[in-house]
Amino acid sequence: LSAFAQAMVKGTVVSGDDGEPIPGVNVLIKGSASGTITDFNGAYQLQAKKSDVLVFSFVGYKPKEVLVGDQQQIDVKLGADVKSLNEVVVIGYGSAKKSDLTGSVTAITASDFNQGAISSPQELLNGKVPGVQITNGGGAPGAGATIRIRGGASLNASNDPLIIIDGVPMDNGGVAGMRNPLNTINPSDIETFTVLKDASATAIYGSRASNGVIIITTKKGTKGKMTVDYTGTVSVGQITGKLDMLNANQYRELTNAKTPENAHLLGDANTDWQDAIFRTAISTDHNIAVSGSLKDIPYRVSLGYNNSQGVLKKSDMQRTTLALNLNPKFFNDNLKTNMSVKVMGVKNNFSNEGAIGAAGAFDPTQPIYSDNKEFDQFGGYFTWLNDKGVPQYSIAPGNPMALINQRHDEADVFRSVGNLSLDYSMPFLKGLSANLNVGYDYSKSNGDTNVDANAGFDQGAVTNQGTFRSYEQTKNNNLLDFYMKYASDLPSIDGKFDVMGGYSYQYFKKEDINHNSYGSGQEHPMALEHYKNHNNLQSFFARANFSLSEKYMFTATVRADGSSRFSEDNRWGIFPAAAFAWNMDKESFLASSNTISTMKLRLGYGITGQQDIGSEFGYMPVYATSVATSRYTYYDRKTGEAKTFNTIRPSGYDQDLKWEQTTTYNAGVDFGFLDDRFSGALEVYYRNTADLLNYIPVPAGSNLTNMLTTNVGAMENKGVEFNLNSKLVQSKDFNFDLGVNFTYNDNKITSLTMNDDPDYDGVRTGGVEGGQGVYAQRHRVGYPASAFFMYEQVYDKDGHPVEGMYKDQDGDGKITENDLKYLGNPAPKFLLGLTTRMTYKNWDFSAAARASLGNKVYNNVASNKGNYNTLHTSGQVLNNVHASVFDTKFQHPQLLSNYYLENGSFLRIDNVMIGYNFFNVFGSKMNARVYGTVNNVAVITGYDGLDPEVFGGIDNNAYPRPRTYMLGVNLSF
Amino acid sequence: CLNKLDIKPIDPSQKTSINSEGEYFSYLTKMYAGLANTGQGGSAGGDLGGGDEGGTQYWRVFWNAEEFPTDEVKNTWTDEGAPQMTYGTWTKDNPFVAGLYNRIYYQITATNEFLRQAEKLDGSTYQDLAEWKAEARFLRAYSYWHALDFFGNRVPFVTEKDPIGKFMPKPAGENVRGPELFNYIHSELKAIVGEGDNKDEVLKDAGTAWLGRADKGAAYMLLAKLDLNSEVYLGHKDVELFKEGRAYLEKMMQEGGYSLYTDGGKVGNYESNAYSRLFMADNEKTAKEQIFTISSDGINMTHWGGTTYLIAAATGGKMDAKKLVGIGSGWAGNRTTKTMVENLQKDGNDDRGKMFFTEGQNLEIENNTQFTDGYAVIKWKNIQQDGSEGKNNDGVFASTKIPVFRLADAYLMLAEFDLRIDGAVSAAHQALVNNLRTRAHAAPYTGTMDLNFILNERQRELFWEGHRRTDLIRFHKFVKGLDWAFKGGVAEGKDLPARSVLYPIPSADTGANTNLVQNTGY
Repeated sequence: LSAFAQAMVKGTVVSGDDGEPIPGVNVLIKGSASGTITDFNGAYQLQAKKSDVLVFSFVGYKPKEVLVGDQQQIDVKLGADVKSLNEVVVIGYGSAKKSDLTGSVTAITASDFNQGAISSPQELLNGKVPGVQITNGGGAPGAGATIRIRGGASLNASNDPLIIIDGVPMDNGGVAGMRNPLNTINPSDIETFTVLKDASATAIYGSRASNGVIIITTKKGTKGKMTVDYTGTVSVGQITGKLDMLNANQYRELTNAKTPENAHLLGDANTDWQDAIFRTAISTDHNIAVSGSLKDIPYRVSLGYNNSQGVLKKSDMQRTTLALNLNPKFFNDNLKTNMSVKVMGVKNNFSNEGAIGAAGAFDPTQPIYSDNKEFDQFGGYFTWLNDKGVPQYSIAPGNPMALINQRHDEADVFRSVGNLSLDYSMPFLKGLSANLNVGYDYSKSNGDTNVDANAGFDQGAVTNQGTFRSYEQTKNNNLLDFYMKYASDLPSIDGKFDVMGGYSYQYFKKEDINHNSYGSGQEHPMALEHYKNHNNLQSFFARANFSLSEKYMFTATVRADGSSRFSEDNRWGIFPAAAFAWNMDKESFLASSNTISTMKLRLGYGITGQQDIGSEFGYMPVYATSVATSRYTYYDRKTGEAKTFNTIRPSGYDQDLKWEQTTTYNAGVDFGFLDDRFSGALEVYYRNTADLLNYIPVPAGSNLTNMLTTNVGAMENKGVEFNLNSKLVQSKDFNFDLGVNFTYNDNKITSLTMNDDPDYDGVRTGGVEGGQGVYAQRHRVGYPASAFFMYEQVYDKDGHPVEGMYKDQDGDGKITENDLKYLGNPAPKFLLGLTTRMTYKNWDFSAAARASLGNKVYNNVASNKGNYNTLHTSGQVLNNVHASVFDTKFQHPQLLSNYYLENGSFLRIDNVMIGYNFFNVFGSKMNARVYGTVNNVAVITGYDGLDPEVFGGIDNNAYPRPRTYMLGVNLSF
Repeated sequence: CLNKLDIKPIDPSQKTSINSEGEYFSYLTKMYAGLANTGQGGSAGGDLGGGDEGGTQYWRVFWNAEEFPTDEVKNTWTDEGAPQMTYGTWTKDNPFVAGLYNRIYYQITATNEFLRQAEKLDGSTYQDLAEWKAEARFLRAYSYWHALDFFGNRVPFVTEKDPIGKFMPKPAGENVRGPELFNYIHSELKAIVGEGDNKDEVLKDAGTAWLGRADKGAAYMLLAKLDLNSEVYLGHKDVELFKEGRAYLEKMMQEGGYSLYTDGGKVGNYESNAYSRLFMADNEKTAKEQIFTISSDGINMTHWGGTTYLIAAATGGKMDAKKLVGIGSGWAGNRTTKTMVENLQKDGNDDRGKMFFTEGQNLEIENNTQFTDGYAVIKWKNIQQDGSEGKNNDGVFASTKIPVFRLADAYLMLAEFDLRIDGAVSAAHQALVNNLRTRAHAAPYTGTMDLNFILNERQRELFWEGHRRTDLIRFHKFVKGLDWAFKGGVAEGKDLPARSVLYPIPSADTGANTNLVQNTGY
């Protein structure tokens, strides 16, 4: 055979573990696009030249390369690639081998993502990373989420982690017309999430790093033949339960019994308002991605279309995403470039979430529509009217269906995030490289909230023949990062080091324009509002790594941040960090161990900051001019002539406003047993935040407001995190992986006010529905943030609560505010995550579950509506009552009774999936997969309300999370 | 590049300094608007944090505190704190009390800041600057008077000499009742009517300022109010202060040339009597009786307080809101007790006793949450003299101005001063009081005018105008001596605890400022 002649090569691929054949292995001729895939028996055959090198690769195994040479039969054993320490992990301004990491960093890649009907990126990650709590805002399509890493370092400043998409840090401010700013990226374009948790990992991001950093990278092109990947899904969602309100007959009975004087207001319909406003939601999602290389330029282009319906009627989202990635290399690969552009267009229909509360409140004996002529002018919707046929605008809830159908809240958002990064390795000095990254984040939103002229729930709309409100927002954030890096080996001491230093500039600009107009679209001349804001952040940063014998590693970082949000005197903050790691498995006493494959100790310390205080110029006196409807009119005494003037208000400020600082200590052990079939990490941390940016009551008379953002107080978080990933079974036909993670966090406020008054009973927070200025929670020294302070209910001998009877905690014979007692924490003590994945031949199965333990939930729906007073408003309007009234028999709302404070612990099965893979469909190169998932499978909880998973712990008319059944197909060729 | 960190606000509605006479006047106007508007953004975007913005409006929080716990108003709402205000059983966490306190101190701090900025200017920079400063000092004295009246002499004390920042102001005085805050308000008012050293920083002459702005008339009236209540504020009686107060009223009447508004009758098809026109949407036409008013303008001043609140909250039941009071719909909140109805209807011809809506309403309040228990009051209206609706946006915001001080009040105060000084009302002052009665078509009073008569006549003339609690306390009838429905929280009424003559300093402020001492009994 000549070297250039092609010959048939065949063989089988088996697993190195058990010798069983592996189907579906890619067999490629290196440097070309031709290849094949092993069949069901692990067998393959292809044409190859003697000089060709075959590359065998399969997920979960180490790839193997074999030179064909004279062989005609090449049998290959693939070793399982469980040892992931050589993985490269993205970190701040660079990347590092996992074995070299000194900080607390968790990377989650596409194969670990949650499955199912997922339209928002954060859902991919939920329950996967210890120390990360993600609470979705509710069941609206594309809903936002609250992400907390290690419990949050701040009280009133933002506790959101810094999110960086392909090198562009996002601002946390949200985008008008979008439910969730993270929706900018299509979940199926995401390659990895890297979560940086401790200060030694995050301090390189300085003033925005106190709450952790999540780095998202999107999929890139790979050299080789063009591949096409298509995924399509259809899903069906339904609500899982309803608020426990009275039905029409129960309501009639109760009104007749308790307020017979209002019985004449009862209707004769039987309406389940919750059934009326919810629906079965059908959603579809399509993604197509093409990748390959074009004249040596690797590319990936993807197009996605998502059409999600919400379970609340009319609420939906249509999102189109386009992502382009080019990553060519030039000058002998010395210049690596990466260009990425993501474009998104979303059409949101927000429906009217006010209908959810109204459906709970509306009298079930009234019809949705009425033939009665007096309702004609309100579109036929039953509306509470007074004797003169005028709607009881201020005191009656709106007809829930009218709220949905006569109010229109829609928005179109365009957003694009992109960057160009150039990484140049200096050919004249090995180890020296420079990196330039320029990026942008641009969004433009247009939205309308219009109310029909016949909307019997809106007085302004009826009076003015309809109201038209439109808003426009433009956000423009620009980024420039530049850094240089030098790395070198120190052979004389078997060491190596690298140093890096750079500069970053980021400018955020935002502009909002709101138009209000009335009547048939005719513009109201005075109701135009125009807001503009900006801020600037500039930074210098540096990092040095040093390692000895690959065993001992030291890292030091420092960042200096300057923010326009503070006065010149307080403008710059310095954020240092240091860490040490010890790869014990490389020491002689472990190197030979057959049991312990990884053992690494990490210690870290660092200071991070917080500057996201909500206001841009809180340090300087600013005068605000009134809008046209907040002017003041004087009158000439003689003629009565009106003289109207604008007003100018000085706003409250604190010229000493400065950075909030969080000091973190972290210790961790990474471990792996049996060639890392069992691997994981255990970490403990202590975080202390000083100079808390806090929104507190200021002493009356000292400032131009009663509540001010200022630096006062301190808070600590202590915690333990643990995760364990195991490959319980590994065989040819059957694989079974199980991952568990565990988080414990203890949060406590250690100081709060300027005066450190030990008797100070705390800042009120956690306002509850049902009364102006009623707060169920407090920030108080010695307690967790937003701790519940309530009355302890007294029960009669039959176990029913006695109205207004509470435990007299201070024993003074009276029930006063002093008897409000600490009764729980809205934040969980423990979080557990569980994920599993099984494959059997062509079948695969995965499931994920989460548990939250030790958190309290306040049932505000029951506390607000579970009393006889709620039956009517001033004898004019009837309102539905929560069924808890049968137990409590409360006449008046008892908003601060701990009767309503329940154990909010829960176990949620987030998703289960089953899939089947077809290889070489109809003999072609196409692989296919069909799968089905159920999301939000079940919640096991003792909580009486709808759903115990409520961020902040106060449950009030949330958009219910649906249960979703999905069917999907994936094709690749 | 690093100097880009020095960026300044770019928002068109934000300024970092005030640079022209017009802007300065707008700044002064904000001090007046502090009594009316809730913020700079219509009914949203308030001056104060926490709670519902509408509930922070100055006159609304003031009026609730002055009227809810008396026989004049009972409120049906079950919002936290509302029943306690109605029953007289509030505690130091009551949100209504906190709302009142915060609004008073917002106004005081804002006027301090105005004076501080104005001090930096050369006196001659703007022609009227000295007068504007006097007006700001009046507004500060007015709010300090409220602080004294509602919270006593131990409240935080700050002037333009204090900074803006984070510090803990000292209480005005050591004792709940005492001279410190009283003397300060007193001396400030004397200074701005021209009795101090600085003869420039003086208000316009009585009766010459635009309606909605303060002139000497307003300051004289406030001096007289201070003197009339001086026994309550100081804790001891000082007849010299009564004499001084009476003299200020006489001076005010002489200089200001005010007179009672007496025009009644039909305009077009709409008939209204002279008294009721004082509380209608075009009541700027009653200027000759008005000494100091707070403006309302349903187009340019939209907020959920002031007369919008007074009218809407008083409307419910079978009332035809549009026709009767010129507002789209009611909030079914405030109505009155039998005690007040009976006092107002002693003379069957009295126009002032005819401002009730009774159809479907019960005279007695048995269930306090039922709007139809108790007579509805239709004193405040957003209707003009010709029967048309007051100008407004959305059919909800009223244009009816608030008479803070009007001549009728001065007449009644003169008679009361007579009694407290001489033990009897002079013939001239009896005639003035009877002028009020005859304007309202009630018979002149022929008996001896004693303190009891004055208290009752004050209610007949001034009911629902925000005087009742202060009057009852001055006449020692607030805690005990007079019962009304739901006083103390029981339908038949019972005595209030002695502490009730003062509201508690809100716990948020005693927490933030350890220099403060809580009022007795809380």
